[in-house]
Amino acid sequence: MADLTAAAPLTTADGRPLKEALARAQRRAKTRAFLLVAPLLLFVIVSFVIPIAQMLHRSVYHDGFSANAPAVSAWFAANPPGTPPDEAAFAALAEDFRAMKAAKTAGEAGTRVNYTLPESRSLFTKTARDADRLAPPYRDAFLAVDPKWADPEVWQAMRSSSSAYTSDFYLSATDFRHTADGGIERVEPRQRIYVYLYIKTFVLSGVITLLCLILAFPVAHLLATLPMAKANLLMILVLLPFWTSLLVRTTSWMVLLQGQGVVNETLLSLGLITDSGRLRLINNQTGTIIVMTHVLLPFMILPLYSVMRVIPPSYVRAARSLGASSWTAFRRVYLPLTLPGIGAGALLVFILAVGYYITPALVGGADGQLFSNMIQFHMSKSNWSLAAALSAMLLAGVLLLYWLYDRLIGIDNLKLG
Amino acid sequence: MAEVSGRDAFVEFEHVQKSYDGISLVVKDLNLTMPKGEFLTMLGPSGSGKTTCLMMLAGFETATHGEIRLAGRPINQVPPHRRGIGMVFQNYALFPHMTVGENLAFPLEVRGIGKDEREVKIRRALDMVQMGGFVSRRPAQLSGGQQQRIALARALVFDPELVLMDEPLGALDKQLREHMQFEIKALHERLGVTVVYVTHDQGEALTMSDRVAVFNDGVIQQLDRPDELYERPKNSFVAQFIGENNKLSGTIEKLEGSRALVRLSTGEVIDATPVNVRETGQKTLVSIRPERVEFKPEMMPKDAHTIEAEVRELIYMGDILRARLKVAGSEDFVMKMRNTLNQTRLQPGQRIKVGWHPADARALDPV
Repeated sequence: MADLTAAAPLTTADGRPLKEALARAQRRAKTRAFLLVAPLLLFVIVSFVIPIAQMLHRSVYHDGFSANAPAVSAWFAANPPGTPPDEAAFAALAEDFRAMKAAKTAGEAGTRVNYTLPESRSLFTKTARDADRLAPPYRDAFLAVDPKWADPEVWQAMRSSSSAYTSDFYLSATDFRHTADGGIERVEPRQRIYVYLYIKTFVLSGVITLLCLILAFPVAHLLATLPMAKANLLMILVLLPFWTSLLVRTTSWMVLLQGQGVVNETLLSLGLITDSGRLRLINNQTGTIIVMTHVLLPFMILPLYSVMRVIPPSYVRAARSLGASSWTAFRRVYLPLTLPGIGAGALLVFILAVGYYITPALVGGADGQLFSNMIQFHMSKSNWSLAAALSAMLLAGVLLLYWLYDRLIGIDNLKLG
Repeated sequence: MAEVSGRDAFVEFEHVQKSYDGISLVVKDLNLTMPKGEFLTMLGPSGSGKTTCLMMLAGFETATHGEIRLAGRPINQVPPHRRGIGMVFQNYALFPHMTVGENLAFPLEVRGIGKDEREVKIRRALDMVQMGGFVSRRPAQLSGGQQQRIALARALVFDPELVLMDEPLGALDKQLREHMQFEIKALHERLGVTVVYVTHDQGEALTMSDRVAVFNDGVIQQLDRPDELYERPKNSFVAQFIGENNKLSGTIEKLEGSRALVRLSTGEVIDATPVNVRETGQKTLVSIRPERVEFKPEMMPKDAHTIEAEVRELIYMGDILRARLKVAGSEDFVMKMRNTLNQTRLQPGQRIKVGWHPADARALDPV
C-alpha cells in the first residue's frame, strides 16, 4: 500500500488528482464559512487592528514642526548634528515664521518642540507675533525678539522635531532625553516617573492577581462541587458585581473603607485600633488593591470554575485510595489539573489590571495611580504621541507576558470557559 | 460454600445502614462477611446501593450506622488513604497530567518507597498486565482497554490485600470486555488478592465471581455462588435479574415435600419446586429458564405435566434457536433449543406441548 501511494499520486475515478478534487469539493463550504465570519473580521479590522496600527504610528510620528517649518527642516537635513546655526539657518527660520504667522500654525510647531523642550511653545508664539519685523541680519533680529534663540538646546529640540519620524516620545516615556550635542541621557531623578510607574503597575497587578487567585480558588471549587441549584445561586452572587454600576460599587467601597467608614469603626469598637491609629484604606495604594481585587475577582472565578467543573471527583478519590493524604491529593493531582484555569484567570486578571484606569483614578489617591492614568493624563492634554508611546509600552509588556506564558504553560492549555 | 465464620473473615459489614438525606435508607441493614482471597461481586440495578457499599468500604462515604471491619479492625473512622485498599474506577481515573510510569509511581511515592524499589515494582506491575512498553505514554494516548490495564496495574502496584473495582469494564466494547474479564479473573487467581467487584452486568458477575451478592432496594437479595444463583434463585427479583426467565403466575394447588402443583390463572396445572411458598391457596410466580423448557415428550420425566403452546416466532441465533410461544395466555414465553444437526425445526403457528423437570420450575413469591 505504502509503495503504491509513494509511486503515483492518488487520483479519483475519472483521473483527476485527489487533492484537486478534494479542494473543489470543499470550496463551497469554505467560501460559506468565510462569508459567515467576514462581518466580524471586518469589524475587528476597522475597530481594532487599524486603531492599534494608528496608535503605534502616532507614537513615532509627529509632523507639527516639520510640516510647518519646511525651510529650517531642510537646513537641519543638510547640516550634520552639532553644527552651530549660521545666518542661513536663521534666514530659513525667518521664512518659516512668516509663513506660520500667515497660516496661524506657529502654536502647532511650538507644541511639537515643546514636547522635547518644555516652555518652547511660548517662544514660538511670541516670535511669530513679531515675524513681520524680522529682517537681515536674521541672527540679531531673532536675538532681539528673544535671547533664547541663541540657546543650543532650543536648536537641538528643533532638530529632533524637524523630521516627522522620531523616537523622542519613546525617550520621554522611558525617562530619557536628548542632550544639546545630540546624545541621550536620563532625565533628572526628580522627573523620572514613567519607568517607576511602569514597574509599579506590573507589581501591583501581580499582587492583585495573586489576591484574586487566593480568594477565587475556594469559591470556584465550592461552585464546582455544589449541587446545581445552589451553585447557580452562588454564581449570581459572583456575577453581581458585573451588574452593578462601577460608580455604585466604588461609592460603597468608599463608605466601607474611609477613615470614618464601616471597617475602621468596627475595628475601633472591637478595640483593635485606636482612634488616632485609624487605617488608611482608601485614596492610596491599599484602596486601589482592595477595590481592583473585588472588581476583577469574577474574571478569576469563571475560568477556574469552568475547569474545575469538568474534573471528575474520581481523580482525587483515586489519589486518596492510592494512599495520598488529602493535601497530597490536592497538591499532586487536583492543583495540576486546575492549571489551565489558573493560567487563564491569572492572565485575564493581570492584563485587565495592567490596563485599568477608572478604579485607580477614583480610589487610588496620589500613590495608587497606575500607568494607564498617565496615558489618560497625556490624552487629556492632547499629547497624543506621548500617550501612544506609553500605550505601546504597556502593550509590549502585556505581549511579553503572553509570550512568557506561552513558553512556560502553553497557550493551548488556556481555558477561558 | 460454607458460611464464613468470624475468625477467618477479612471484610465484614455488620448492620450497616446508609442514608444520604436522613429520610430514606440507601443501604438497609447490610451484613456481609468475606474470607481472604475471595472474588465477590456486588450485582444490582442502578440505585440498589451496591456502589454506596463499595464507597463505604473505600472510605469515601461514611456509614450512617453499623460497623465495617477489615482484617478484624474497624475502619469506619480510618481515612481512605490509610486503608491500603486498591481501587479501580469506572472511568479509570488515570491522572491525565502524568505518564503511565508516574501514575504507577504515585502510590509508591506517597508511601515513601525508594526510587530503585519503585522501578522494580512498576516494571513488575506493567508486565503483569502486558503493558511493559508504555511507561512514558500519557493516558490520553492509550486506548480504552490499555487504560483499563494501567488502572488495574496502578491499583495493584502497591500490593494491597483488598482491591475494589467499580464497574471497571463498563466503558469497553463487548469483545474487549469479555477478554478483560478473563484477565482480571486470572490475575485474581495468580495474586490471591481479595476483590470486591461492582457491576450491573449479570454475565460479568457470573463468569468472574466466587460469590455474587444481588442487591436490590438497599438489601442483599441473595448471596451465593454463581451456579446457585442462576439455578436456584431464592426470590422473583433474583430470578428476573439473573438471566432470562419465563414467569407464570398462579396459585398453589397441592404442596407435598419438594413438589408443588400450581394452577395457572388460565386453568392449566404445572409442576414446580416450592421455594418461598408455604401453603396451598397461596399466590405464586413460577419461574422457568428458557433452556430448560422441553417440547419432546422423551426429554421430560414420565409423570410431568405438559401445557399447550403455540409457536409465534422463531429466531435463528446461530448456536441456539429461540422460539417465542403463546403459553397460558401469555405471548412472551421463550424456549431455547440447541442448534444440533437433527434438531426438530418448528414452524410459526405450530401447536406443541411443552413441559419441564419439576426441579427447573421454581415457585417463588408473587411480584
